[in-house]
Amino acid sequence: MKPAHLIAALALAALTGSAAAQAPDPHLARNLAATCANCHGTNGRAVPGSGMEALAGTDKAKLVEKFREYRSGIRPATVMHQIAKGYSDEQIELIAAYFAAQK
Amino acid sequence: MMNLNRRDFLRTLGTVAAGGALYGCAGGTRAGGHVIVVGGGFGGATAAKYLRMWSGGGVAVTLIERNTQFISCPISNLVVSGEKQLGDITLGYEGLAKWGVRVIHDEVAGVDAAKRTIRLARGGEMSYDRLVLSPGVDFMYEGTPALNNAAAQDQILHAWKAGPQTVALRKQLEDMKDGGVFAITVPKAPYRCPPGPYERASVVAGYLKTHKPKSKVLVLDANEEVQSKKGLFLKAWSDLYKDILEYRPNSELRDVDVASRTAILEFDKVKTDVLNVIPPQRAGDIAAKSGLKLVNNRWVEIDWRSMESTSTPGIHILGDAIFPAPTMPKSGHMANQHAKLAAAAILNLLAGQAPSPTPLVMNTCYSFIDAKNAIHVASVHVYDADKKTLQPVQGAGGVSAARNELEGKAALGWAQNIWADMLT
Ligand code: HEC
Repeated sequence: MKPAHLIAALALAALTGSAAAQAPDPHLARNLAATCANCHGTNGRAVPGSGMEALAGTDKAKLVEKFREYRSGIRPATVMHQIAKGYSDEQIELIAAYFAAQK
Repeated sequence: MMNLNRRDFLRTLGTVAAGGALYGCAGGTRAGGHVIVVGGGFGGATAAKYLRMWSGGGVAVTLIERNTQFISCPISNLVVSGEKQLGDITLGYEGLAKWGVRVIHDEVAGVDAAKRTIRLARGGEMSYDRLVLSPGVDFMYEGTPALNNAAAQDQILHAWKAGPQTVALRKQLEDMKDGGVFAITVPKAPYRCPPGPYERASVVAGYLKTHKPKSKVLVLDANEEVQSKKGLFLKAWSDLYKDILEYRPNSELRDVDVASRTAILEFDKVKTDVLNVIPPQRAGDIAAKSGLKLVNNRWVEIDWRSMESTSTPGIHILGDAIFPAPTMPKSGHMANQHAKLAAAAILNLLAGQAPSPTPLVMNTCYSFIDAKNAIHVASVHVYDADKKTLQPVQGAGGVSAARNELEGKAALGWAQNIWADMLT
């Protein structure tokens, strides 16, 4: 193998390696967001009139902020403060990005 | 499908399946193949929909369900107490057609795990690449001999699978004289819906308090204490139902006298007017019939990264039928989450990829205390690679601070959204 090819191959290996470490499953965001659907609707589209907030199309930063406020306890809640404590910062970033992309 | 005869229909499906399987094996990253889902409750219906939705229609999905309509166990206690009608908790399967799920109303007579085929009760064989079983529970009457026949079970109702029994129990309660005793027996845990018996006792007491105030509710619990939301239930009972509801722990049902509606306990016989027996439970029959490994001869043992049976490759099990992870309840909410975990894993597997190494699920169970007020218990569970099971996330979850009307509304909102999440 020519050195240039070898370097390219090594670089590719490093790349895929780090990509794999960052996103162990390309569907992680989708899967995590689906855990919210029981109350907030499939893909965040809540049943109209059900009294549950739709999350689809919510601005990502806003969703992350509200979620963090539930976690810290400063946002009043019946259940979200307890649910929010079960998700890490990275997980809520992924979930918020997924819902923001649902138009 | 109307003009297609059954055999042609099955053959067509077989072709779709074979084509899909080829695509899956070609090394592409898109999932293909044929998944058969048995049981259209909270687990199975959700799995069928999500397999179609997440594969962008790439995976053929057949749902086999014996009933032509879905009747929800959650909220069914409000039918018993008269707040709701059966129609309010009944939904059709038409919504799944929109996702391209083929729904067949039949039962599965047998599974050949080696050949990856199933046999339908009304005839016909079908092949699968992956099989999902979401059979719920079946009842065990061995411990109560007098109840171990259909005639007795028509009179001493469980109403623990929502449907005709729910309506019949409502009728028994309406027919009961003022001053009567409504007794409900709770089996040893684990059983379907841990807070359910206490919710039923509460809302029945609520009904009696207004309509037949001289009556009593008696909870005969085989367990040593209330199994879920204990503090909240005990507080509600002492605040609201002090003279109506009596709770007796360590009171396992040994048998019944059907004619006199008497509950026979170890040291005591209790004469009642309405006797509502929730029998002990195990995984639905099809699990044992399929040769799956069971824990305690009752619940299916699974691999939590994929919900796949530990004994039988290619078969994934959801919902109440599984041997649960630590502190995980047998609930409709949980079955819905199992379904998504399994759907994601199956699609990865059909595309030649490993399932996610870090699955996460969460649960919330709402319970009504009376017509308007509800309480909840919530938990989040994440995969622990060392322990090879889902573990509750420490510090997350919990119960309501107090019963409240906001959560009475949330409980109904939850029901509408989870029903839509599985069936539309
Ligand atoms: C058991 C039902 C349930 C589940 C599951 C659930 N939520 Fe909620 N959510 C609620 C309720 C109820 C509220 C209103 C606040 C409260 O009472 O806790 C809410 C409110 C919210 C809000 C604020 C909406 C607004 O604009 O006011 C956000 C954001 C949110 N949830 C995000 C999530 C995310 C993300 C998930 C999944 C990780 C999730 N929820 C799962 C029930 C649920």
